[in-house]
Amino acid sequence: MQHSKTQDTLVGFFVASGVAALFYMALQVSNLGSYASDDSYTVIAHFQNSGGLKVKSPVSVAGVRVGRVSAIKLDKESHESVVEMRIESQYNNLPSDSGVSIYTAGLLGEQYVSLDPGSSDEYLKDKSTIDITSSAIVLEEMIGKFMLNKAEGK
Amino acid sequence: MLQFLQNLGKTTRSSFAKLGRASFFLTHTLAGINEVLARPNLLFKQMYSVGVLSFLIITISGLFVGMVLGLQGFNILSDFGAEESLGVMVAASLVRELGPVVAALLFAGRAGSALTAEIGLMKATEQLSGMEMMAVDPIKRIISPRFMAGFISMPLLAALFSAIGIMGGHMVGVGMLGVDDGAFWSQMQASIDFQEDIINGMLKSVVFGFVVSWIALFEGYDAIPTSEGVSRATTRTVVNSAFSVLALDFILTALMFGDI
Repeated sequence: MQHSKTQDTLVGFFVASGVAALFYMALQVSNLGSYASDDSYTVIAHFQNSGGLKVKSPVSVAGVRVGRVSAIKLDKESHESVVEMRIESQYNNLPSDSGVSIYTAGLLGEQYVSLDPGSSDEYLKDKSTIDITSSAIVLEEMIGKFMLNKAEGK
Repeated sequence: MLQFLQNLGKTTRSSFAKLGRASFFLTHTLAGINEVLARPNLLFKQMYSVGVLSFLIITISGLFVGMVLGLQGFNILSDFGAEESLGVMVAASLVRELGPVVAALLFAGRAGSALTAEIGLMKATEQLSGMEMMAVDPIKRIISPRFMAGFISMPLLAALFSAIGIMGGHMVGVGMLGVDDGAFWSQMQASIDFQEDIINGMLKSVVFGFVVSWIALFEGYDAIPTSEGVSRATTRTVVNSAFSVLALDFILTALMFGDI
């Protein structure tokens, strides 16, 4: 059976470009590129209300992303929201008395966890709990309070 | 009334019979895969006619679909002051839906119809019976390599479609409409998950490649061996593949992304 070299070349080119497209999407389009280091440790925080926070929401210190939210559960006894965060292990010198708050990126943007470093000499370790937390700001709640204040002010 | 019931029964019986023939055909084809791997020359020849020849239509359509998404998305998103989310919108819609689905529809029109016509004509000119006379199994020799080629080419074509579409969206959004380059990519990377979005999108195109190749080859093999029969079979290939791709897409989306 005859098979020409140009045909082989073209099929090779086709397969190579298909695989290249897949790699391009994996590295440039998805979050795989930023998952390069899988070394991380888990930190737990209890919030009264975690609002619209989702698994995989970013955790940032001073605006730099240091990890992601890995799980959100409800504490059955205290009825608080338990948020587990995975912090990349290169950031292993975060003080243990740091505080966490849930903020919204932009007015209607996604919610993220902001970690404000404290001043302790001890650092956060795997499975340690952050005590200083401030809950998510729920827009409806704020508008409700504002309306109530306005009505009472009259 | 009785006539109607009789017709209904007849249609049901014949469609069951066709489904049965199609599944026999599929098992026979799959049984021939090991022989294809032993003779990669056959596969390469089909990869050329199924994959390489669909390359141009897929890349050009992908580019234009991406550009249209960029333009339309920008118009809508700028009403909400959220132009920066353009990257997410373009990438998510291409990777999850448009890439696999439109590539599969184009593939059915470009490669599927050609396969059906080719096999149907082989049957009409009795080449397939000729092979049987020489004790060569036409399914293993003719159908299996084509099936394999379609099955391999489809995910590659869908990946190309999505990647080029994203580049097209970037070209229009960042190049012409002035969306910030960094925000375009960073928001995209923050929201598109490799496993959830890209792997699931690829999985869809694998399923579509399987189904479209199966339909195209079976319709050709099952065609009435006349010129009219072959032309009808070609039409059925395009119609049935389009219908199956869209219906399967809904089911796959519900399984992958929905909470059903």
